Amino acid sequence: MKVADVFRSREITAPLVEEIRATLTRPVRIMEVCGTHTMAIFRHGIRSLLPEGITLLSGPGCPVCVTPAGHIDAFIAAARLPQVTIATFGDLIRVPGSTGSLAAARAAGARVEIVYSPMDTLLLAQKEPKRTVLFPAIGFETTAPTIAATILQAERMGLTNFLIIAACKTMPGALEALLADPQLQVDGLLCPGHVSAIIGADAYRPLTDTYGLACTVAGFEPADILAGLLSLVKQCTAQTPEVANCYTRAVTATGNSKARALLDAVFVPADSEWRGLGTIPASGLVLREKYQQFDGLRQLGIAVQPTEEPKGCRCGAILKGCLLPPDCPLYGTACTPLQPVGPCMVSNEGTCAAYYRYSGTAEDRRSATTTAATVPKPLESTITNP
Amino acid sequence: MCLAIPMQVVELKGGSDELFDPPVALVESDGIRKEIRLEMADRIPAVGEYVIIHAGFAIRTLTEEDAEYNLRLMRQMAEALEREGRLPGVPE
Amino acid sequence: MKADAIVSLDHGSGGLASQKLISNLFLKYLTSPQLRDLEDCAMLGEFAGRIALSTDSYVVDPLFFPGGDIGELAVHGTINDLAMRGARPIALSLALIIEEGFSLQDLERIIASVGRCSESAGVAVVTGDTKVVPRGKADGIFLNTTGIGIASHRYDISGKNALPGDAVILSGTLADHGITIMSRQAGIDITGDIHSDTQPLHRLVACLLEEDAGAVHVLRDPTRGGLATTLCEIAHASEVSIIIDEERLPIRPAVNTACEMIGLDPLYLANEGKCIIICEQECADALVQLLRRLPEGRDAALIGRVEENNSGRVSLTTRIGGSRLLEPLTGQPLPRIC
Repeated sequence: MKVADVFRSREITAPLVEEIRATLTRPVRIMEVCGTHTMAIFRHGIRSLLPEGITLLSGPGCPVCVTPAGHIDAFIAAARLPQVTIATFGDLIRVPGSTGSLAAARAAGARVEIVYSPMDTLLLAQKEPKRTVLFPAIGFETTAPTIAATILQAERMGLTNFLIIAACKTMPGALEALLADPQLQVDGLLCPGHVSAIIGADAYRPLTDTYGLACTVAGFEPADILAGLLSLVKQCTAQTPEVANCYTRAVTATGNSKARALLDAVFVPADSEWRGLGTIPASGLVLREKYQQFDGLRQLGIAVQPTEEPKGCRCGAILKGCLLPPDCPLYGTACTPLQPVGPCMVSNEGTCAAYYRYSGTAEDRRSATTTAATVPKPLESTITNP
Repeated sequence: MCLAIPMQVVELKGGSDELFDPPVALVESDGIRKEIRLEMADRIPAVGEYVIIHAGFAIRTLTEEDAEYNLRLMRQMAEALEREGRLPGVPE
Repeated sequence: MKADAIVSLDHGSGGLASQKLISNLFLKYLTSPQLRDLEDCAMLGEFAGRIALSTDSYVVDPLFFPGGDIGELAVHGTINDLAMRGARPIALSLALIIEEGFSLQDLERIIASVGRCSESAGVAVVTGDTKVVPRGKADGIFLNTTGIGIASHRYDISGKNALPGDAVILSGTLADHGITIMSRQAGIDITGDIHSDTQPLHRLVACLLEEDAGAVHVLRDPTRGGLATTLCEIAHASEVSIIIDEERLPIRPAVNTACEMIGLDPLYLANEGKCIIICEQECADALVQLLRRLPEGRDAALIGRVEENNSGRVSLTTRIGGSRLLEPLTGQPLPRIC
């Protein structure tokens, strides 16, 4: 079974597109919760295939985007300590804090390494016993168990030079907070396939029951995304919102209890600040007391400072889907992918970054007002040699 | 927010000791092989089954049948459209 | 050579240690008569045609990787830059800046690669320079090669010459080099058939031009920034737009899988042994057939076309029939989990 081949073939996707067109009878606003969905939709040119009337909004499921500047600053502060090596996911390297990024810290002499898996950090710690290796722990419920497993392994190994700064977040609370906001206008939720593999499709029931929101769990191949969108369009058109699961090969109703047990063993829920959204109760994960020896903030004496969003930044409204990127005064001028100001532009998955890059062919419909800002000037390549 | 891809399990290794010899799966796809941790897999895969992997961990085990199921549903829909004469031409 | 022998500041000072390094190491592998003369510069003789000059510095990390090393890149990269304007490479210079403490064994390996590739390509290293800087002042070793070539007056191959209606051809598979390097930089421990594609393209170009020089408008090798960035540069310079078809892009399955695992886009990863050929539409099929008969071009494919629109935009028709704008890469590609 070659997943890429079958789930990306036109034979499968074309009928789904056709059915979406045929089923859509009124405008629908769909929030893609998950940054990986935003990336996949962009990568496969899905927007250019959808009929007018479907508005896709990017939600808060982009760990890089929603990690507050204060946390980024804490990562950078740790990087600047002479004996500390930061081992991080590549996603974080260019994210700006209040002043600078891990990339900038590296340019100034800090040791910053990229790892593919948090588990690889332990090898690094073993290889360099005189240095402290710190892992900035970002991610949602898909990633957090991998970090929990790493903590447990570090404990077994008796490692004393491995730390994390816990910055993981959980989804349901954030979605609840978003939907409780009367400003938010959304008809359906394209739910994150891999987070759902962990938390289970049933996790979205309260949203449907309370807010009458159509929810569909979808995977990340083009066929999966189109099937998910079709499901949402059908639900909205028939006005029969429910929780549908179009990614049954990965997601069950109840999710992955083993992964959740791992989370529970190592982390405990805590209130957490989401960049652009404010503090959401019980939406973050912090280390349990018994694992405090791995807490980088405590062990290195770093505090997470509260930070203010830059003046003019409208990321909060954009993350809630109330505003589109061109409506932000900073979009395309002070805030571009090369020099991002707010979280929505920081990561490739952020609403503004994806919007900046979005285009079909010139004739293709755009999902909102077209402004000069959406047509990028030919950019100078600022390529740095690896 | 979760890049994860399915790969096939070609070998199961370790498992004799949590610390020194933890259970791992060797997965393969198009000649690329990687060792994957199994701590968070919903169930331990058998050789020949597939796992969805994220950041070096299996997050879900599935059989080929599980994978085929989604595909079958989509194919059925395509066939239904064909019967109705509504199957579109290849988009430009 | 002893395994722990290292490069010292003496080696770069011009004195006895330098002389010995040159005669025992460099001249062992670099055999051109001009180099052996060890004059202040090499005399290359007289040539008819236009003189082309290209320079490139090499700082790749890691120095050694599956499919090649920094020495190979240094030879092939500059040969290819000359070839991309239709110039026949005549000679190379080689300059090294080495950090004190660099392993002599590694240095020998690199120079051996330079010698081997230079000989195989038929382009000699005729002059060189070595400097050694104190520990900490350079990251191991930096190489520079500069190449001279001769181009016929009969044709003018340039990034500005793409015309609406032209065909876009790629000489082989994408992202082989980039994924080899990036997977090491991402610290991901995968095994599989991933290796750099570094190779000289001057013979391939010579065959193309011999076949139909007039039909070839643009040649460019998609190195840093990958295919997407290079096409953007061409579209901008030629004031056209370009559309390419994802289905037609040649990518090895192993490369594709590795890219998917690490979250990298093959369109933005470097290629060190491939070129883009933009040519008259009518000649495209014949040129693709010609390329496929050559060892350097066996996976050549027609991948797109040039359009009238002068926006400088490059778009991709995706496998599922959607459309996506390709922009130049800003900064390094980074692996991701999201």
